[in-house]
Amino acid sequence: MFGFRYLTALGCFVASLTLATSVNAADPTKVGFVYVGPVADAGWTYEHDRGRLAVEKEHGDKVETVFVESVSEGPDAERVISQMAAEGADLIFTTSFGYMNPTIKVAKQFPNVKFEHATGYKRADNVATYSSRFYEGRHVLGLIAGKMTKSNTIGYIASFPIPEVVRGINAAYLAAKSVNPAVQFKVIWVSTWFDPGKEADAAKALIDQGADILMQHTDSAAPMKIAEERGIYAFGQASDQAAYGPNAQLTAIIDDWAPYYVRRVDEAMNGSWSSTDTWGGFDTGMVALAPYGKAVPDDVKAMAEEARKAITEGRLHAFTGPINKQDGSPWLKAGETADDGTLLGMDFYVEGIEGSLP
Amino acid sequence: MDYGLLSSIIHSILVASTPLVFAGLGALIQERAGVLNLGIEGLMIVGALAGFATAVAGFPLLVSILMASLAGAMLASIFALLVLRLYANPVATGLALTLFGLGLAALAGSQYVGQAAPQVAAWEIPFLSQIPVVGRALFSHDPLVYLSIFTAFVIWWFLTKSRTGLILRAVGENHTSAHALGFSVRGVRFLAIICGGALAGIGGSYLTLVQTPLFVEGMTAGRGWIALALVVFASWRPFRVIAGAYLFGSVSIIQLHGQALGVSVASQWLSMLPYVVTIGALVVIASRAGTSQAAPGSLGKIFKESR
Amino acid sequence: MIMIEARAVTRWYHEWIAVFIALLLTAATVSVLLASLGLDPISSLQRIFIRPLNSVYGVSELLAKATPLITIGVALALGFRAGVWNIGAEGQLVMGGLCGGAVALAFWNIDGFWVMPLILLGGTLGGLAWGAIPAFLKVRFNANEILVSLMLTYVAILLLSVMVHGPLRDPTGFNFPESRLFHDAATLPKLFSAGRGHLGFVFALIFAVLGTWVVKRWHLGFEMRVTGLSTSAAKFAGYNRDRTVWMALLIGGGMSGFAGVVEVTGNIGQLVPNISPSYGFTAIIVAFLARLHPLAVIPAGLLVALSYLAGEAAQLSLGIPAASTQVFQGLLLFFLLGTSLLVNYRIRFGRVA
Repeated sequence: MFGFRYLTALGCFVASLTLATSVNAADPTKVGFVYVGPVADAGWTYEHDRGRLAVEKEHGDKVETVFVESVSEGPDAERVISQMAAEGADLIFTTSFGYMNPTIKVAKQFPNVKFEHATGYKRADNVATYSSRFYEGRHVLGLIAGKMTKSNTIGYIASFPIPEVVRGINAAYLAAKSVNPAVQFKVIWVSTWFDPGKEADAAKALIDQGADILMQHTDSAAPMKIAEERGIYAFGQASDQAAYGPNAQLTAIIDDWAPYYVRRVDEAMNGSWSSTDTWGGFDTGMVALAPYGKAVPDDVKAMAEEARKAITEGRLHAFTGPINKQDGSPWLKAGETADDGTLLGMDFYVEGIEGSLP
Repeated sequence: MDYGLLSSIIHSILVASTPLVFAGLGALIQERAGVLNLGIEGLMIVGALAGFATAVAGFPLLVSILMASLAGAMLASIFALLVLRLYANPVATGLALTLFGLGLAALAGSQYVGQAAPQVAAWEIPFLSQIPVVGRALFSHDPLVYLSIFTAFVIWWFLTKSRTGLILRAVGENHTSAHALGFSVRGVRFLAIICGGALAGIGGSYLTLVQTPLFVEGMTAGRGWIALALVVFASWRPFRVIAGAYLFGSVSIIQLHGQALGVSVASQWLSMLPYVVTIGALVVIASRAGTSQAAPGSLGKIFKESR
Repeated sequence: MIMIEARAVTRWYHEWIAVFIALLLTAATVSVLLASLGLDPISSLQRIFIRPLNSVYGVSELLAKATPLITIGVALALGFRAGVWNIGAEGQLVMGGLCGGAVALAFWNIDGFWVMPLILLGGTLGGLAWGAIPAFLKVRFNANEILVSLMLTYVAILLLSVMVHGPLRDPTGFNFPESRLFHDAATLPKLFSAGRGHLGFVFALIFAVLGTWVVKRWHLGFEMRVTGLSTSAAKFAGYNRDRTVWMALLIGGGMSGFAGVVEVTGNIGQLVPNISPSYGFTAIIVAFLARLHPLAVIPAGLLVALSYLAGEAAQLSLGIPAASTQVFQGLLLFFLLGTSLLVNYRIRFGRVA
């Protein structure tokens, strides 16, 4: 059956790996990764794993990488991280928010191991944090959506009302509104990160209610596939999803962890690693956009590129006043830009978005 | 009311419910023969992958469905071997089957991530599909939606009208008596498990061929469990499985539409609705039905013919 | 011709022989698969199954992982014996964790010997209440407990989600969906200096012993068993079906709730959206592997827990994907369940007599 081919391929891979490590006598730097989903999720975890592969490619046999996938964010995380440290990892990336406290706990027990936790806010001498300013990408997506919608209705499939997701909705809405005052956002919260069936149902509901462009903050490519079938447009999430929507995908926010991972592993190897807090955007290469789809007209492309350049060069901030909160109370004065603290804990919609935050 | 939207909503409900109908019927046929198979989730995901892989390879829909049912049946035969031949406990074996199926599908399916199956064309039923609102809602679906309803009809006919169906029910109600009457309890149950596995496999393939339509590991996301619950809801009757699935599907879809229309309640509360409504409906039905909704007498009990 | 025939006498060691054969078969199958991956089977098996237990830390973690499986497994074994199909232990566990966690947060930073018992009580009551719903609906409206308990599991998980995304989230946590970390008085004591094995494991052992006592001696255990075996016999003996349903689901709910609160206070140390990797469902397997015998739940729970640790070890030290560890787990269970035949039957090679 199909499994066999996979197994043999895997066998060759593992065999070559063990061969490679046995040839190399020098003690390589061991880098561990803890993943929340399967590597083959074509989204969040897949991109972290691409980062891992980039580390291997860059540093060759000077590094050895290990990973454990589908580690639930509950009680299992602490054990996996700790096991990894005990097995001799020098640097460990824990790649989901739910690993924050387990990472901090394990880091106390292994002061000589370096830890990097994605999307959290707790640090220690041997724990650094990193995340990406995905909202910068959302800003560009919002501009494209605002320009290209004919029905003036953008559908947004959201997972849970955490700051990260709320920030994305606000950034996209403000950008879309700036180029198309008539634009309206319809948001469906599906209360799950991963259920392709439910995400597909939500996509259909949004399209049936007049949305002609979809955005999503859930993990599967199902909405993109539905957009393709229904002949509308959508934006990819976390990964380039053009394979699922060759006509539908306008562009995608790509979480590119490779530059960060390669740099941090390098620092760990030459001794310059220190606990830092990185929130990288377009400027660091951690947020990237997939190639624009064929449907994007040249003028929209030019506008999107200009915005991306402006953000990269620091000339433009996605949250620049005047912005009111949804209830009409002022948030940012004209010309004022949002501070990172407020963005990090964002729990309100901006003015103009309908519906209340769950 | 916007009738176009209404017909779209009904259309989506039927699509969202169809995997549950197939899988529920698959569980039902086994349970009527006295076999409690908690492995439906594992059977579904294996069928989902097999159907998808076949479609990606360029085969027509019919072949994809056949492969999905074959995969489901093959996995189910492991269950049959353990439960019927080796007298393994069916509840635990079913759960183990779920684990095994999910793992197997994930392992074999990783190469299909990012691939696309061809879109399944709708069968517009002549004349009927032209009726406003109802036409699009009910009569312009993919063939599998009609097949699911037809399957329910066939199973109903089989259970109530055919002699073999009568034997199957006898085996399910009291396997000792059925055995004493000379029926092959094991043979009947084996066939029921194989058919059930095949139907669950088709249910899974509907997810990957029509509803989402893509394959990722773990994508059944608990639908096998819902299907099992629906059989109980249906008091082990085929048409009520359809009713239960459509009820569950309706609430699921309507809450999504409610959000898009601006209903402002925390989404988790809305997501609870399908489960709560199903419980409520069961309570209403059960309190009226009295004893007529009892489970098959030998359900989940191990049959050993030497005694 | 291979024949299967009933043993005239079943001896205690037949059980152990069956388990031993199952483990042997699993080891053999896994070895073949490992060899086909180009790995040395013996050293790989040693790395997967032995090394996780090679240290106090490893054993401690194993006990932590087995604690909820054993606690719930014992409760389910009692319930299943009575023929009550509570398959919603997962939801009852979640409610236990949620309610116990809520108590812990309500008394946050307050010390006192009474804090921990109160938290445990809160969790147990939470699970108890969640188990009482299917019991009530079954007794009062004849609503099937399989459906109700299963559906309530999803409701419980969503309820926990609402709470940690809203009222119970850490006020200083930037609105992320996690509660505060529990303070020391609200954390279960550890058993060892390393790992997370905690007092909950001792409770699990006590439950297993108590459960055995209930089954063997207590009149209620007998009553529940008779009702489970045959409704008409129970009626004849004058036993009350309703009481059995109540007892089975309240015991199941209460102990699952206890397992939940023990998990959050002993293992996790805070409320998070995902407090259980399906312990409630896995415990069903554990209960049946133990053939519904409360004492046998202990080794069954430890074995299943080890299979999870082994899966992680296989990924970590051999680079085997998570999916194949799931397949191995399925195989192990198939063998264990399949060989249980050998306890009551023997296989004979030869001609039909």
